[in-house]
Amino acid sequence: MEFFRTTNIDWLGKKWYFLGFSLIFSIAGILSMAFWHHIPLGVDFKGGTQIRVDFNQMPNEEHVRHAMDKAGVRDFTIQRVSDPSGHAANKVIISLPESTATDTAHDAGRQSVERALSSNYHDSGFNIEQVQIVGPTAGKQLQKQAIYATLYSLLGMLIYLWFRFELIYGVAAVVAVFHDTLITVGAFSLTNQEITLTVIAAILTLIGYSMNDTIVVFDRIRENLALSRREALADVVNRSINQTLSRTVISSGLTFLTVLCLYLFGGEVLHGFSFALVVGILIGTYSSIAVAAPMLVAYQEWRTKRGKTASLPAGKRAKA
Amino acid sequence: MGKNLAAKTAFIVGVLLVFVFGFIGIPHGGLKQSILRHINLGLDLKGGTHLVLEVHVAEAVTSTTDRDVARIEADLQKAGITGASVGKTDPANPETIVVTGIPPTKLSDARGVFTGNDYSTYDVSTDAAGNSRLTMKPSAVAELKTRTLNTSIDTIRERIDKLGVAEPTIQKYGLGDNEILVELPGIDNPSEVEDVIQSTAKLSIHAVVGGPYATDADALQANNGIIPADSMLVHGVGSAGMPDQVWLLKRVSEVEGTDFRDAQPSTDQNGRPNIHFNLTTEAGDRFYKYTSTHSKSSSTPGSMAIVLDNKVREVAGIDGAIRDSGEITGGFTKQQASDLSLMLRTGALPASISYLETRTVGPSLGAASIHQGIVAAIAGMLAVMIFMLVYYRGAGINADLALILNLVILLGFMGFAGATLTLPGIAGVILTIGMGVDSNVLIFERIREELRAGKSTPVAVQQGFAHAWTTIFDTHVTTIVSAAILFLFGSGPVQGFAVTLVFGLLANLFTAVYVSRVIFDAILAKKERGATLSI
Repeated sequence: MEFFRTTNIDWLGKKWYFLGFSLIFSIAGILSMAFWHHIPLGVDFKGGTQIRVDFNQMPNEEHVRHAMDKAGVRDFTIQRVSDPSGHAANKVIISLPESTATDTAHDAGRQSVERALSSNYHDSGFNIEQVQIVGPTAGKQLQKQAIYATLYSLLGMLIYLWFRFELIYGVAAVVAVFHDTLITVGAFSLTNQEITLTVIAAILTLIGYSMNDTIVVFDRIRENLALSRREALADVVNRSINQTLSRTVISSGLTFLTVLCLYLFGGEVLHGFSFALVVGILIGTYSSIAVAAPMLVAYQEWRTKRGKTASLPAGKRAKA
Repeated sequence: MGKNLAAKTAFIVGVLLVFVFGFIGIPHGGLKQSILRHINLGLDLKGGTHLVLEVHVAEAVTSTTDRDVARIEADLQKAGITGASVGKTDPANPETIVVTGIPPTKLSDARGVFTGNDYSTYDVSTDAAGNSRLTMKPSAVAELKTRTLNTSIDTIRERIDKLGVAEPTIQKYGLGDNEILVELPGIDNPSEVEDVIQSTAKLSIHAVVGGPYATDADALQANNGIIPADSMLVHGVGSAGMPDQVWLLKRVSEVEGTDFRDAQPSTDQNGRPNIHFNLTTEAGDRFYKYTSTHSKSSSTPGSMAIVLDNKVREVAGIDGAIRDSGEITGGFTKQQASDLSLMLRTGALPASISYLETRTVGPSLGAASIHQGIVAAIAGMLAVMIFMLVYYRGAGINADLALILNLVILLGFMGFAGATLTLPGIAGVILTIGMGVDSNVLIFERIREELRAGKSTPVAVQQGFAHAWTTIFDTHVTTIVSAAILFLFGSGPVQGFAVTLVFGLLANLFTAVYVSRVIFDAILAKKERGATLSI
């Protein structure tokens, strides 16, 4: 079976559509981050106490709220947990703000919730399934680590591509990957889902994955440039994308399939993680064709305008 | 089949067996038990408590220089230098000791004291006025901090061992030099252990300089608005049931945590819980010197304060000289007396501790996560394998075999390396399936391309692998770079993810490139020359 035998699509001719598409999603994300949901940070980064309670029977949210009020627990939020099929589970997540998890009285928030429920909630028994307490120091530290990890990851890629190809390839790939990261984080903001440590792990994986896709295309561009130096760059790039299109679609499709399984069956704990991968793999595949490759061409056009040598460097070696 | 091919096949089978052994071992007691014996499950899968603690290592610097201030005073006196004042002037720089007022004639004697072996951890500088600054060397500060962290780890381990938690992990954590990770499988109520860990049990006995005063302001007023440099104000109660008061205490302790050799909960003559302690010989001598010169019958009677975690627990007059055993009555409950004795026995923490993170997972959630993770992995794997069969027909079998081998090697790696499988780690396994098959797709697409270009089957296979290799190498390196960064910056579960991803991709280089190639060669060797390949 074969889906793409001889594709001959003028990808670069559609670059304005691509630019429009990327801009719409990036800007929607940025607007949401700035004005709407901001960046919804999970307990890992925001600090505070998060308690997952599994009730023996379907809990009445009002009763839970009442039980907490009665015990004098302040500023809590209650969030229902639903399984992937969308049905409400017998579980709620109770969150308390950072002020309940100071570095010295760390466990106070959890104890107050447990006490409130056991003395004031009478509908059914319950079981505390998961507790996450992150103090203010740790929250800030984890935030910093997440940002550094992402930046170092991008920097590492840039240096590697510079070493293996040329600087402009690295820059184009990093811009494409940054675009993916931005849109993925934007998707979390738009859907108001919390960004946790595992989500950051997913985003770092995406940086690697999206880079994969870009490299596959770039490798082919490099190979084709070495073969036919006189052809216009735009044509070489188009041909390279078309030649690798079958691989790009099949590979990304398969990875997408596995990630979708993770999203559907992997359980609620991994929901944010698999959501990031689902969004990111779609965007990452798109960006290697629609962002990274056109950037190479745009760079060369810019150089030509400034009267520099017209040919894009083919890279340090065509073969490993 | 050629000789070469047979050898390669034998090699692959050998690798397969070795890695199967890695995660199953010699099977006994059922497959599941065998696997569980070899693959460590993370706390998020088996349930337990994960704590990140911060040790305030800077405190150790402060208390060391405090002690050295007292030593310098004594040594100067011994060297016949009087009138010098020794102290720490800048609270922001606890590693610097300033000595002023050394008589000009004695400057070289003082220099001799400072440069002696006892103070080799300090850099000494003297200004024109003859004032000396002793600053602890950066290497000594770093070493002291490391030692403090290590001692804290040992102490916490001892305490947790005494609680009887099975297979706890207590280790240095993070990139800094002041964090400890504590993992306690099977404990899902963190308060049980927090009490024991958190009671830094920084117990010390200090000489009382003045007090009690009702408030800090009163204390200041009584001392003409200045707290002497060698003293400190500490809040607390003089005896059980009394209101909060303030005492002015000597900064340097007479006896502190590490000086206790043994401590047992006991009761006093009124039946109240107290703690009976024994000091080390050396500390006993020191304590004897102090208590004999300040006892009721001496010329300078005084009282001592027992300070626990920076709070005065008890202030007592010194009835008589005490050498190496005594009692502390601090208005404790029976539980507190027994907890505190445990801590004194196991040694006090050298610095106080605060909590950064607490995460607990109950056993039911862990079990559900394992179940869901396995379902997702199997579903993803089946979807990929079926697709490969349909899309690449004969070559699909090749890819599927490589994929299975890839997973076997991954799990075997985990078993051999003693790596921990976490829930995100399972996600890493699933992702490996998707990303691993990418190598096969790259190769197969390239072979198809070469075939379309009219090359013969063996040449197309050879060219397909050769061309795809560059790309596969580059893509693997970038993913491994991001996973490595994840490992460096991440914590427990996330690190588990990075580990499976890296192992999975390394294994993939072998399976997708080497094993697939051998399978193709075996097929081609059997076929008639010029026959087509099912791809």
